[in-house]
Amino acid sequence: MANEGLDKAVSGEYALGFEIDIETEIVPPGLDENTIKFISNKKEEPEWMLELRLKALKKWETMTEPHWAKLDYTPIDYQSISYYAAPKEQLDSLDEVDPKILEAYEKLGISLEEQKQLAGVKVAVDAVIDSVSVKTTYSAELEKHGVIFCSISEAIRDYPELIKKYMFSVVPMADNYFAALNSAVFTDGTFVYIPKGVRCPMELSTYFRINATNTGQFERTLIVADEGSYVSYNEGCSAPTRDEHQLHAAVVELIILKDAEIKYSTIQNWYPGDENGKGGIYNFVTKRAICEGDNSKVSWTQVETGSAITWKYPSCILKGDNSVGEFYSVAVTTLAQQADTGTKMIHIGKNTKSTIISKGISAMKGQNTYRGLVKINASAVGARNYSECDSLLIGSKCGAHTFPYLESKDTQGQVEHEATTSKISDEQLFYLRQRGITEEDAVSMIVHGFCKQVFSQLPMEYAVEAKALLELTLEGSVG
Amino acid sequence: MSTVMKIENLEAKIGDKKILKGLNLELEAGKVHAIMGPNGAGKSTLSKTIVGHYDVEVLGGDITYKGKSIVDMDAEERALEGIFLSFQHPVEIPGVNNAYFLRTALNAKRKHEGKEALNAAEFLRLMKSHLEMLGMKSDMISRSLNEGFSGGEKKRNEILQMLILEPEVIILDEIDSGLDIDALRAVSEGINKMKDGKRTFLVITHYSRILDYIEPDYIHVLKDGKVIKTAGPELVAQLEEHGYDAIEEE
Repeated sequence: MANEGLDKAVSGEYALGFEIDIETEIVPPGLDENTIKFISNKKEEPEWMLELRLKALKKWETMTEPHWAKLDYTPIDYQSISYYAAPKEQLDSLDEVDPKILEAYEKLGISLEEQKQLAGVKVAVDAVIDSVSVKTTYSAELEKHGVIFCSISEAIRDYPELIKKYMFSVVPMADNYFAALNSAVFTDGTFVYIPKGVRCPMELSTYFRINATNTGQFERTLIVADEGSYVSYNEGCSAPTRDEHQLHAAVVELIILKDAEIKYSTIQNWYPGDENGKGGIYNFVTKRAICEGDNSKVSWTQVETGSAITWKYPSCILKGDNSVGEFYSVAVTTLAQQADTGTKMIHIGKNTKSTIISKGISAMKGQNTYRGLVKINASAVGARNYSECDSLLIGSKCGAHTFPYLESKDTQGQVEHEATTSKISDEQLFYLRQRGITEEDAVSMIVHGFCKQVFSQLPMEYAVEAKALLELTLEGSVG
Repeated sequence: MSTVMKIENLEAKIGDKKILKGLNLELEAGKVHAIMGPNGAGKSTLSKTIVGHYDVEVLGGDITYKGKSIVDMDAEERALEGIFLSFQHPVEIPGVNNAYFLRTALNAKRKHEGKEALNAAEFLRLMKSHLEMLGMKSDMISRSLNEGFSGGEKKRNEILQMLILEPEVIILDEIDSGLDIDALRAVSEGINKMKDGKRTFLVITHYSRILDYIEPDYIHVLKDGKVIKTAGPELVAQLEEHGYDAIEEE
């Protein structure tokens, strides 16, 4: 009985699959030098940026798509994708955003009107649709604290020194196939700079929306936390329900200087496709942080419920002495979703510490792989790592796989790894049902319990959202 | 007398093994019924069958509760209708907060009865009042359901759930197993508090120890999948002296 029930309870509807009805300017599919020049020109970029992009394109053309991940998908035809799409009316004043866009963001649960938010907790938002940032809220208020929060396109024009110094410094332009592609064609994304000693007075967030058909989204995010500063940053995303696959290849770079801290949270809810693997986003993302200074700290928290394919390994380079890297992840694969995700912790500095908590949940035909590397260099005297990778299977057609890699050159480094795989047991379900709780509610209760360690890392508002999202994703896969 | 539950000619199997072989039992409302019998007699299968456990397949006969047949009802529906099982081995559910679980269960029941849900503060007050009575620590509110609980803590937590959910038919499956004397007292006190002349108890045990604390009205002897004798509490002493083998089928 439990299996049929389970399936019914984990095939939840995708609630954000609507399309925003706006006129879009879109370039014809195809990728060559002219595409790059077009994008750079659209963004009114300085010549040096165009040159960097062209260099990246050249490198990308010599590279081959990687296939070491445990992912099975139809090949991507890079010439059939359109690399730039933007809502047609480009507006100068932020107050003039197309009401349809404001409405769409309201529907996604995000208010782009500052005065509407004043009652609650302030969250500054950068809203990105397809290839452009349509609005960034609270920029003025943040500026008073010296915090820069703007689209990456603006940053390239307005803060060239910071961009030249830090862009490509953590994820080199030709780091990997998808990063090289992104370096050539990236369209928008967010730039954040927190000056020395400043604790960013509000949560910062970016909401990415793919809207146009047949396009890819290639955003680039760069966050610099100067000495002694702190920022908590969140990103969310969604896309319309479409039959064809769409490519999302992003790059995120975080730089954390001495005594600074970045808390980076992601709620990834791209369209997952249907139960036969039709449609859905291909999500190939490179995220990396460097703890450059002593006593710096970074934590990645991700809740991954969307995408047909997820290929993503948010990593920490722990260069400064006593620096700390953390990775907390919940990855859900249901329907025909596949995820190959995990982290890399590179210990270079003395007494560096890393923690990995990964929770994979598979249901229906979902395939979930944890792939992680802990590398301890000879210089990293006193380094410590704790890893915990737990998998939860719902039903019998799904799969969970764990590939932990360890390279340690410091014989005194302390590395602990724990891994468990469990099924939601009939016994657990029955116990809850005997207390009058429906099977669906029982499954969601057990799943929430399983994810608790990760959810507790999210800022409050996002934890609530993540819980609701998980419930929706798994709805109908038990019954 | 008014009958709250009637089991007629019940036959049931677990896997390929037929365990209940034409069992008849009537539960009188408001009374304490003890089911005693040797290991393997079918005591636990009986309790599983009443609550609709997935292991059990009913082959024949019927169980009626308040005049309605329940053998085709979902487990959660039986629970909402007021049938409660205190598990012999409560399962651990990591990460699920005990208070959150219990409030969800209580509010499901209240909704079923057309009552308003209790908010977190109201529920906490209710839970705390029972914790004290059962001699349970206040960390029981925030600990994960049964995770890392000692045997005694698990059993007390079952009784706590019973007190909060206020069921009408309460099945206690080996409630005294693994309890020290203090836990046994606390658990019995909880049970006796629920004895109000309306609720009905089915106490499943193969020791008579618990019956010193919860005075039964009826003793039913179960052997080889059937109830072979029903008598008053005086039967306990007889069983202790002569064992189950001395009981002849009536």
